[in-house]
This record gives sequence, C-alpha cells and structure tokens, in this order.
Amino acid sequence: MATLFGSGIKRREDPRLITGKATYTDDVKLPGLLYAAMLRSTYAHAKLNQVDVAKARKAAGVVAVYTGADVKDKLNTVPCAWNVPNCDLKVPPHPVLAVDKVRYVGDGIAMVVAESRAAARDALDLIDVDYDALDAVVDPEKAAAKGAPELHKEVPGNIAFTWKVAGGDTGKAFAEAAVRVEQRIVHNRLLPTAMEPRATCASYNAGTGQLTCWITSQNPHIHRFLLSVMTKLPEHRIRVIAPEVGGGFGSKIPGYPDEALVSFASMELGRPVKWTEDRSENYKVTIHGRDHVEYVELCGTKDGTITGLRTRVYAGLGGYASTAAPGIPTILHGLMYSGPYTIPNIEGTIYGVYTTTTPVDAYRGAGRPEATFLLERMIDLYARQIGMDPVDVRRKNLIPKDKFPYTVATGITYDSGNYQGALDKALQLIDYKKVRAEQAKARKEKRYLGIGVTTYCEICGLGPSQVAGAVGFGGGLYDSAIVRVYPTGVVRAYIGGKPHGQGEETTFAQIVADEFGIPVENVEVVAGDTEATPQGWGTYGSRTTAVCGSAVKVAAQRVKEKAKKIAAHLLEASEADLEWKEGKFVVKGSPDKGKSFGDLALMANVAWNMPPGVEPGLEATAFFDPSNFVYPFGTHICTVEVDVETGEVKILRYVAVDDCGPQINPMIVEGQVHGGVIQGLGEALQEMAVYDEDGQLLTGTMMDYAVPKASQMPKVETAHTVTPSPVNPLGVKGVGETGTIASVPTLVNAVCDALAPLGVTHIDKPLTPARVWAAIQQAKGGTP
Amino acid sequence: MIPTSFEYVRAKNLSDALKAMGKNTKVIAGGHSLLPLLRFRLAQPDMLIDIGQLRELKGIKRSGGGLKIGAATTYRELLESKELKALYPLIAEVTEHIGDLQVRNAGTIGGGLAHADPAADMPPVMLVLDATFVLQSKTGKRSVPARKFFKGPFTTALKPNELLTEIQLPALPKGVGTAYASFEQAASGYALAGAVALIAIAKGLITRADLAFTGLGDAPFLAPAAAKLVATTGDASLIDQVAQAAVAGVEANDDVHAPAAYRLHLGRVAARRALTQALAQAQRPG
Repeated sequence: MATLFGSGIKRREDPRLITGKATYTDDVKLPGLLYAAMLRSTYAHAKLNQVDVAKARKAAGVVAVYTGADVKDKLNTVPCAWNVPNCDLKVPPHPVLAVDKVRYVGDGIAMVVAESRAAARDALDLIDVDYDALDAVVDPEKAAAKGAPELHKEVPGNIAFTWKVAGGDTGKAFAEAAVRVEQRIVHNRLLPTAMEPRATCASYNAGTGQLTCWITSQNPHIHRFLLSVMTKLPEHRIRVIAPEVGGGFGSKIPGYPDEALVSFASMELGRPVKWTEDRSENYKVTIHGRDHVEYVELCGTKDGTITGLRTRVYAGLGGYASTAAPGIPTILHGLMYSGPYTIPNIEGTIYGVYTTTTPVDAYRGAGRPEATFLLERMIDLYARQIGMDPVDVRRKNLIPKDKFPYTVATGITYDSGNYQGALDKALQLIDYKKVRAEQAKARKEKRYLGIGVTTYCEICGLGPSQVAGAVGFGGGLYDSAIVRVYPTGVVRAYIGGKPHGQGEETTFAQIVADEFGIPVENVEVVAGDTEATPQGWGTYGSRTTAVCGSAVKVAAQRVKEKAKKIAAHLLEASEADLEWKEGKFVVKGSPDKGKSFGDLALMANVAWNMPPGVEPGLEATAFFDPSNFVYPFGTHICTVEVDVETGEVKILRYVAVDDCGPQINPMIVEGQVHGGVIQGLGEALQEMAVYDEDGQLLTGTMMDYAVPKASQMPKVETAHTVTPSPVNPLGVKGVGETGTIASVPTLVNAVCDALAPLGVTHIDKPLTPARVWAAIQQAKGGTP
Repeated sequence: MIPTSFEYVRAKNLSDALKAMGKNTKVIAGGHSLLPLLRFRLAQPDMLIDIGQLRELKGIKRSGGGLKIGAATTYRELLESKELKALYPLIAEVTEHIGDLQVRNAGTIGGGLAHADPAADMPPVMLVLDATFVLQSKTGKRSVPARKFFKGPFTTALKPNELLTEIQLPALPKGVGTAYASFEQAASGYALAGAVALIAIAKGLITRADLAFTGLGDAPFLAPAAAKLVATTGDASLIDQVAQAAVAGVEANDDVHAPAAYRLHLGRVAARRALTQALAQAQRPG
C-alpha cells in the first residue's frame, strides 16, 4: 500500500464547509435560549459616571440587564496569561464590564439579556450613559512619552513592561562599524477579520453544577482555564466545545469578557444564553494585531558582513493586556532578531505600551513578521548603502547549513536548516539575473521595476513546556492525542489541538492510516470538545502538526505495539517472528499466516482471547512535548512595477520557496502558503486600522478596511525544499504563518527597489497608492 | 446589525407606492444602499415600501434617438441590453465597475442615483450624457435635468414624497466617443477619483466636450474647463491643460483613504485618461 504521507489528497473538511452543512457556534440552538447584546463605550477614554439601565430593564422581551457594578463582585477580572519575566510587567485589572472608567471604543459597559436578538439590541438604545471624556492616546510612541494621558493608575506613564534582549557587545560593534544604517519603521495595526465573528453560547445546569460553553475558540482547553478564572467555577465543572470555527488568525486565542458574561448570565438566569458578534463589533472589540513603532539600526562592514543590530520598539497593547499580549513583541519577536543570519551582536529594548485602543494580541505570525520585516528592510538599506546586491549580502550572512543546531546571539537554538538551498531555488525560479537585466533596461525607459527578496526563518511549533514555563507562559505547550480503535477497525484520533481551517482532520488521518495500513476513510479526527479530548493547548503558533501531530503518531505507534502482542498471541508466534506487511502482521516466512488490522481490532475489543497480562481494548493516549521549537525557513521573491504617476503597485511575479520539512499533504501546504502570502500582501499593500486622535476607529467596516480580494492579488508560485526537523518524530515544521512572515518585507523591498532611482529609501506600509505617490513627491523634493 | 422595527409593504403598482410614501417612509428596490443604513440604524424609517418588483419601473425603451430606462431596472438588466450597449457603451462599461455580481443582480440604476453617494460611478455618467430624471409623487410628475439633481452627499432634488421613476437619455451626436477612468478605494470599490468624458468630432474638430468627476467632492460635478477643447483637434498638451484646469480650485475630500492633494492629482490623471480615450474613440472610423 502506498504511503499517504506526502499525498495531496483532498481536504475532507471541505464538503460540509462549502455546502453549508457545518455547525458553528451561532448555529447552536437550545430550548429556552436567551440572547445577549453588549453596550459598548463610544468614548476611547472617559470616566464612567452613571449607567442608567432602568428603561432597558422594563423594555419588552428583556429578561435582565447587568452593569459593571452588578458583576464586579461575582466575576473575576479578565486574566493576562503570559507573564513575561524580568521586564517589570504591569497588568492592571481588566473588569469584564467597565466599572469606573472606559479605555477604548468598544469597552463593555452593560449586557442586556432578552428573549430575542432584536429585543436585546433594541434595549441597548434605552441605556443612558453619563461619561466625562478624558484625553485619548492611540499611538504607542506618543503614549510612552512624558505627559501622555494615563490609562491606569497602576501603570505610570502607560509602560506595561520594558523587555530587553542582548547578545554579544552591540555598543562595541556599532562603535567600530564602518557602515551604519537606521530607519524608523511603523507596523500598521491590523484587524484579524476571521470570516466567522466570535460567539459564545453558555448553558449552566444548576443540578450538576456543570457549565457547557460553545465558544469560537482556537484552544478550548485554554478557554476552559480562562473561563474558570473569570467565573470562579473549577475547571472540571466547565466543558468547552469549539464546534466548527471559521478562521481565527490568532483572534480566537484570547479569553474575552463576553465569554464570562454570557456564562454568568446563564448561571444567574438558569437558561442558556447566546451572544454573537456582528462585524462592526468584531472590528471594535476582537483583538487587533501588530501596532509597533520601531527605531532600528544595523551595522556592518563595507563588504557586506552584518556585525550588529539594535532596536527600540514601542509595542501598542491597547487598553488592557490581552491573554498572550506581553509574549508577542518580546519572546516571539525580540528573540528572532538574528533571523537566518549570523549576527553576532544584538540588542533590543521593547516597551509594551497601553493606549486607548482595542487590545492587541497574536495575529498570524505574531511578533515574527515584525522581526523579519525590520531585519529584511534594514538589510536592503545596508546593501544599498554599500552598493552590493541585496542577495549577495544575504548569502554572505546566512547561517551555513553544516552549523545546525545553531545558537544565535539572542540565545535560542535553531533546529535545522539549509537556507542557501532555498535561496538558490528561488533565484532560479525567478531567473534573478534576467529580472535584474530587465530592470536595468526598464529604468532606461523610465519604467520602474523592482525586485524584493526575503530570506527568513521563524520560530514555531510552540514548544517545549519547560521553555513555556521559563518565559512566563501560563500553561504547557505539549499536546495530546487518544488513538482509539473501534471493533469495526475504524480508528478515531481525539486530539488536543483545534484545527479551524488548517486541514489537520485530513493530515492527521493520513498519519494514522499510514501507521495501520488502512484506508484513510477508516480514520476520523475529533477535536474541539474538552470532555472528549485530552488536555491540549490549541492551534496557534504553527504548532498543531509538529506537536499534536507527533502525539497522534506516538499514540498510533503504541496502539500498533499492543496490536502486535495480540497478533503474536493469536498466531502462536513470538513477537520477534512477526513482521508488518500490507496492513497485516504476518509470521516471517509464512505469509499466509497473518492477522489483519481489522481482525485485531475486533479481537482486542471483544477480548475473547487476549495474551496473558494484556488489557482488553485497543487504544493509547500520548502526550508529546517537543525538545525544541521548529524553525521553518525559505526565500520569497517578488517583482513589481510601480506607476510613478499614480503610485499604483502592480505585482508581476511572486515566488515562494518554503521549507517546512517533509510535507504530509503538499496541497494543504500550498494552500497555507497561498493564504499566508495573500494575508501578508494585504498588510503590505492595503490593510490599515486607523484611529483618529480621539480614539475613534475610522476603518470600522469592510467598506473602509481593505481585506484583500482575489481580484487584487497575484498568482503565487510555490516551491519547496525539504530539511527535516530533528525535534519531532514526523520531522515536520510549521507552515501556517511563513507566508505572512515572508511576504510583507518581500513586497515592500520590491517597491523600494523599484523607486531607488528616484531616491526613495523607505515607505511605511501599507503601500497604498496614496502613500507611494507621496513618497515619490517627497523624494523629488516636493511636498506630498 | 439589527435595524429598528418597521412596517414592510410591497407595492402592487406605482400609484400604490406613491400613495404610501409619506413622513418617515423609505423606498426600497435592490436594497444595497439602504440596508446598510438600516442595519447601522442611520436610517430608522417607520415603513419600507418595496418597489423592486414593479413592472412599470422596469425596462429599457427606445425614445427618439435615445433611451428611457425604468428606475428599478437592475444593473444586470442594463448589461444584458443590446440597445444600451449599442447606444451608450459608456453606461455598460461603468455598470461593470459597480459592486460585484450579486450587487449587480439586485441593485437598480434608479436606487443608486437616488442614493447619491458622492463617490458612485453612475452619477457623473448622467451629467455627461445630459440625462433627464422623471420624479413622481401622488400629486404629479416633473422632469429634472441630471445636472440639477445632485445637491451634495446623499442629497438630491427629490422631495420626501417623490420617487425617481425614469431616466431619459437624449440621442448622442454622430462621431462621439465616451470613456470612464477611475481609481478605486481598495476596500469599498468606490472611486477615490473618477472622470467621465464625452467628445464629439465633426470634420476633424471637436464639436462637444463634456467632463464630469466623481469621488472628489460632495457631489459629482461637470468641469466647465472641458469647453476649451471645442473647435480644436484636442492635442495631448491641451488635454492635459484641460485636465489640470478641471480640478484647479476644487476642494477635494480628505480622508483616511486619500489626502485631498492626492485625490486632486488622481482626478487630473483620470480626466486626462478619459478625455484621451474618448477622443480616440470619437476619431475611430465608422
């Protein structure tokens, strides 16, 4: 039987998703269901005086109305669960409903529970709120400056933390360097825009004391924990079910006040309660991504050896510290400053800053895109300054392939890599010499062609639990699987991860089917219910295949070992005399004497004739904790033409060469790369969440926030190299975020390269035509 | 995203619809402009009068050398009309820019015009073609030139009890060329700046030149500067001068998508491109 590992079979998830047969949280309907609606602050920063809910309480269909005062003694505050050490982290209280102050437009003020969604919504208009407006501050650099309006009395100057990373002697490196380049870089704030907005449906059973909560969650076990903290119910009394989840991109990792409020309402009222966000609410309340202001310096020799990198970063956190927020611009960002290069001296200072905006947390790539972007942008500036081809500079500084495992100056150790191999392949695919020649020719005709190259590596497959503990992550980072064989020979894998678009229902079935030599149709993958699945830590950080997939593999191996014992017993042979052949254990030399997987499944489950000392049943549980993170890598190259009259950017070609180790399903890998690249190009070209000075979100609908459309995006050409990771039994690395990490600098470098003859060195993303045009005018000496 | 409650009436005929219109009613056809306003509660009518199915308001008819278009004709129906494409290829070209397939299937030309979004594609077309709009109420009917219809953002000559029922397009001269050039806002697809041009030529000289903009200001507007092209051959430098003069002194919108200076610059580029293309089309033999 041919192996399924490596086969691009179709995703089994898709038929139900594209025919409308999938069940999402909002589809959950229970007898006696009530509906919640949240009154949200219209001010970015204000003292909350009176919240008058008297009229709303009397409105038709309204069952209850709760304010911050009503719930503050009954619910705990919203926890932050990544307490990064050694940075003086200050996490002020985040009440589930505002008590005396609001800190962003969208901050919760009251919850209405009613017999219908419409009645709940109508009642919101009957609540009178008396605010005293305070000054807003939306820019993290401005919020960190002296005299800025302060959000929390516990956090003077709005500085949540000051985190430092250092390796080598950066001061000396800069003092002695022949060449230095510096740049201020702004990472535009982004709106995650999962297709399905967030929702929670809570049902409390007063008889058993059990709360069941359907949540749009990337990590049901983490949500169970966070709900436990907020509701004060012990974890074992809470069941979290994440049914079909329509995308997350990080926005469905955190614990939100809404989940606790809806649970509370169900406990108080003795009826199930559901709340579903609409898109406007989603844009205001669900976490945002990025939002850095960075000052970056890079130094090196005149012939292209990078000797130092230094940063000062203001990372906006929004009004409160969201669940994983402190870890994003620190552990997942600063530790990756060396990228795929041998930079001996690195120093970074990261300020986490509270601003009167929606909380910021993990968004596809989470910290690594910002690190890769600043590094790749600086290398292009450096290459231009010393007059070297940017590819040559990169090649000169890449970690050699025979140096792995390799420890970089920030102290982390990369598992495996062949960065030159991916670079060579990408250069060959784009025909680099030819496109440079075309560019030279075009420049003579006053046409502006540009080439952008990114060589990257990233940290994912989170990660060893011991490291999680050491860096203050409030949980483990192992994952788990139960592989259970039914008497029919069908196998189900119950996993701790929660795929929500990544295709592991298919790829994990491939792993299991291979192990047992059975058709992939005979394997099912079950995820998303804390009562059915063992403790896991969710799907994010490109970890599910590397960590949870490894648990599936190990559990399946254990099942097979047990099956072998039973086969030996039934065949009256010793285990040593058995071999696994075409889905059967056979006695070596007697191929007719064998037991198929189906035979063994039945015999183990009926247990009529078990070997002495072997328990009935055929299943195994595995908890897999990796020895290290995984570090996928690759090279992306993009060619563009810029219309300098209008500032419009046209992408001519986009080539992505990625190495995520052996690919279980190449079609799904390609899909992940496509999606990641397009999401990154959205960030690079057009996505931008903008607040005005008063903290009002100006891009609060899809008429103003430009999620990329198919017609606006190029064809993505993909290829790969294969370098296995030694840290898991599958050899795999993550590939969910690589596209988003690599594509942003690739596009921006290409545009800056195109405009080099005009003297443009840097443009802050997104490179909207208006911004590109303004940069050209400025370079020409005019005013934009 | 739940509107306030309202009554819903599906009108049986035009006269019923007109009778039902009154204080705090809204008329709905395709709903693509009105529904978002209802959901955001920016519009809170007591009653919605659905005219989307009224046959009296649908269809494209010949009238002299021109066409009469029922206000509830969908964009899709416009695109399917061979007569429209033959007589006013400009309308077909612009219609393809509007929304996406689903929007064009349901959205109506009259609905879009009466909504009067200042960045919509169709209003400047009506200015350039010198269309006339028929406005009806239960007490009567009047005709208003398109050039006097658009008053400001989402504001028109329509009175609260009046319905736009028909768009009348006059015959175009022979030897005419038309074009639309626009730059879309990436999220909404509406124009950051767009220009519509019409040029007619006879014996090698321009006899009529009209130019209108959308997206730049509070309402679509005609640029008088286009008249400078009349009685000339319309060489490239003159077209550029006209394009520049057309946007000079215009107080352009300034927002998160484009600063005013950039919008004006795009307006000039769009004007030049539209005029150049319209001229080339007018010069095409046959």
